[in-house]
Amino acid sequence: MLRKTRISAALIMLFLITFYFVDFAGLLPFKTQLLTTIQFVPALLAVNIGVIIFLLLLTLLFGRVYCSVICPLGIWQDVVEYMAKLFNKRKKYKFLPAKNILRYGLLAATIVVFFFGFTFLLSLLEPYSIYGRIASNIFRPVYLEGNNLLADILGRFNNYSLYIMEVAIRSMLSFIVALLSLVIISFLGYKYGRLYCNTICPVGSLLGLVSKFSLFKIQINENACNSCGACATKCKASCINSKEHKIDYSRCVTCFNCLPVCKQKALKFTYSFSSNKKESEHNDSRRTFIAITGAGLVTFPIAKAQDTVALLSNKKAYKQQHPLSPPGSVSAEHLQNHCTACHLCVSRCPSHILKPAFTEYGLSGMMQPMMNFDKGFCNYDCTVCSHTCPNGAILPLTKEEKHLTQMGRVVYTMKNCIVYTDNTDCGACSEHCPTQAVMMKPYKDGLTIPSVNPDICVGCGGCEYVCPAEPKAINVEGNVIHQKAKPFVEEKGKKVEIDNFGF
Amino acid sequence: MATLIIASITKVVLNFHGSYKQTNMDRRDFLRALALTGLATTVKPSEAFDLLMQTSENTATKQAYDMVAVMGGEPEIMFRHAIKEMGGMGKFVKKGQKVAIKPNIGWDKIPEMAGNTNPKLVAEVVKQCFAAGAKEVVVFDHSCDDWRKCYKNSGIEEAAKMAGAKVVPAHEESYYRTISLPLAKKLKTAKVHQAILDSDVWINIPILKNHGGAKMTISMKNMMGIVWDRGYFHENDLQQCIADICTLQKRPVLNVVDAYRVMKSNGPRGRSVSDVVLAKGLFISQDMVAVDTAAVKFFNQITNMPLEQVEHIANASKLKVGSMNLDKMNIKRIKL
Repeated sequence: MLRKTRISAALIMLFLITFYFVDFAGLLPFKTQLLTTIQFVPALLAVNIGVIIFLLLLTLLFGRVYCSVICPLGIWQDVVEYMAKLFNKRKKYKFLPAKNILRYGLLAATIVVFFFGFTFLLSLLEPYSIYGRIASNIFRPVYLEGNNLLADILGRFNNYSLYIMEVAIRSMLSFIVALLSLVIISFLGYKYGRLYCNTICPVGSLLGLVSKFSLFKIQINENACNSCGACATKCKASCINSKEHKIDYSRCVTCFNCLPVCKQKALKFTYSFSSNKKESEHNDSRRTFIAITGAGLVTFPIAKAQDTVALLSNKKAYKQQHPLSPPGSVSAEHLQNHCTACHLCVSRCPSHILKPAFTEYGLSGMMQPMMNFDKGFCNYDCTVCSHTCPNGAILPLTKEEKHLTQMGRVVYTMKNCIVYTDNTDCGACSEHCPTQAVMMKPYKDGLTIPSVNPDICVGCGGCEYVCPAEPKAINVEGNVIHQKAKPFVEEKGKKVEIDNFGF
Repeated sequence: MATLIIASITKVVLNFHGSYKQTNMDRRDFLRALALTGLATTVKPSEAFDLLMQTSENTATKQAYDMVAVMGGEPEIMFRHAIKEMGGMGKFVKKGQKVAIKPNIGWDKIPEMAGNTNPKLVAEVVKQCFAAGAKEVVVFDHSCDDWRKCYKNSGIEEAAKMAGAKVVPAHEESYYRTISLPLAKKLKTAKVHQAILDSDVWINIPILKNHGGAKMTISMKNMMGIVWDRGYFHENDLQQCIADICTLQKRPVLNVVDAYRVMKSNGPRGRSVSDVVLAKGLFISQDMVAVDTAAVKFFNQITNMPLEQVEHIANASKLKVGSMNLDKMNIKRIKL
């Protein structure tokens, strides 16, 4: 009963979170967001005290329920582990000693490095963000391809209820990191059950420290137990020592798989005062550790061959000094200190302009979202990313606040401009400008040419995206700290009455 | 005399609604007739009578107008008057035809901001197409802002669907097919949306707006929204490319210029309602050069805009897309 409840809750959780990441059409209600805000590390970084207390109390009461029912990466491993059992009916686990040096060492290292301002390690190891990247970088493209296939078939029958979405890998680094995480963690799950959760995962290690003292635990009734070891063979956390009738509660993820297999009914999930404290220290899983850290190293050598060579000597591509961080992120520093690169904002951005950074923010900011205007621009009225971030890295903005949030400032390079080089009308930049920070002013021969007022610019990138010149004549330079844009001045127009056709 | 007017107007309204396959006058028709009657009696009698007389005269002689310009009504009412004067929708849309409608749905703006064609007007055109026997009506635009937001917030998706039209996406290149433009100067080929290419006839419904790049956006500039690669236009002499796309063999059978709310400044996107003037105008014609010429002259009363500056109009005239010479045209002007 306990086990079935756990499985149902976990599957619903996994489905909803995954679908929330891939759901480009907005089929799920916005409330689904809640499932990401109750994740441990996001709550910690957002200083979401209510959630932190709830999760700690939950663990203190019932053990690591979080790892079994709330953490999507944990549930994903269970799914893989279930498949493993389908392929290999005789798959058995056995008790393994805890790798305490490794897991607590990693936990300590993550925390220390984080407080020195290097969030990247936490981003790489933190389970929710790992799963987010997998969903965003791998599951989402697959879902979109499926949608496109269906949309294409329906389109042939003149049915356009589905529409085609562009599928693109936004960032090679993030794609590779996500793919490697998926492969490695799935492999570990397939072969060793919850090994990742009990050796690498900083959240697992931290909650393990708490769950040792939890009120409800699985207890072995030594009088009833005949040490048959059936429970240990089912324990994907390898934490039941049936010979000694002991369970390592720091590693137990309360999956309840052991309960139904005990023919002696010696196992019970009950209230307890005492706790087992004896733990052994062995270190025989170096291979897995090497595999995981290797993931980080392999991904570094990615070349970026993008420097556009200007065809004409007097044209020069503008070189951006700082990337634009998403609206609501306050500053590059704030983003860097709070973001664990789960890529939920990247997935949810309706304009598809958030892209995981490479080294634009520096090494520590790798895979964190930055605004990129190759495929679109930031919708003036849209505040989706600011409401979507569970970490508080991008803080909520109202539409009115967003209208005055300056993520960057417009930079105009007349030498590259079509009006200047070709003496023809263009004005695509001004067309897209929501505040007329780029305005067309009289030039010559009845032509008009862009004139910029960066003070009222919000940095939406409409101008940069649409500029047809090669290299671009208009760009947006990121504000390292977001500024308040000046509100544009509305012209006080005289009341116009028209009575005639005029022709 | 007054009773005669009332009787004729009632008849007109009833006839018009005959196309809705209604034989009985329902409450709405009755109210509408009453309203029109009220209008007719309050407006200077001579004008109202003039309107009625001309209508009958036109239908009797079967003499076609080159353009009909209407002022002073709600968008759908103005269109009803205009299309009637043009000889009815049945002249342009035949039974069983597939119709494509191309409004301006370029921006994520609500109707009050006048960034997009008035949804009520679009709905009315859709309805009339069906009343004329259209088999299918498809509505689309290649938006500038996020297309889903444009379709939704413009109110056009909902209005068109309510009227029975199919609203199709236009945000992906695969919806477009390459065609050649042998008469064009710079834009020799273009990728045009399949809804236009697969239709039997299509109707162009632009909104009248000031435009930072092209100076004005009316019927001809609205043609840019049937094309995939707009960047090419801006890169290769915008004013010529706009004229070039208008040499498309499959011209719209009708251009309906929505000048109900006019964006007088900061177009085509607009910043606030202070850019918008309630002008209550509507112009329809088969000739997009003519209708754009007329619309610029109308606009010039609000914001100074010399016709020469809107170069694409003269460019299209040179390509024989249509005529700028309004004096030689048979134009019907109606003030409601």
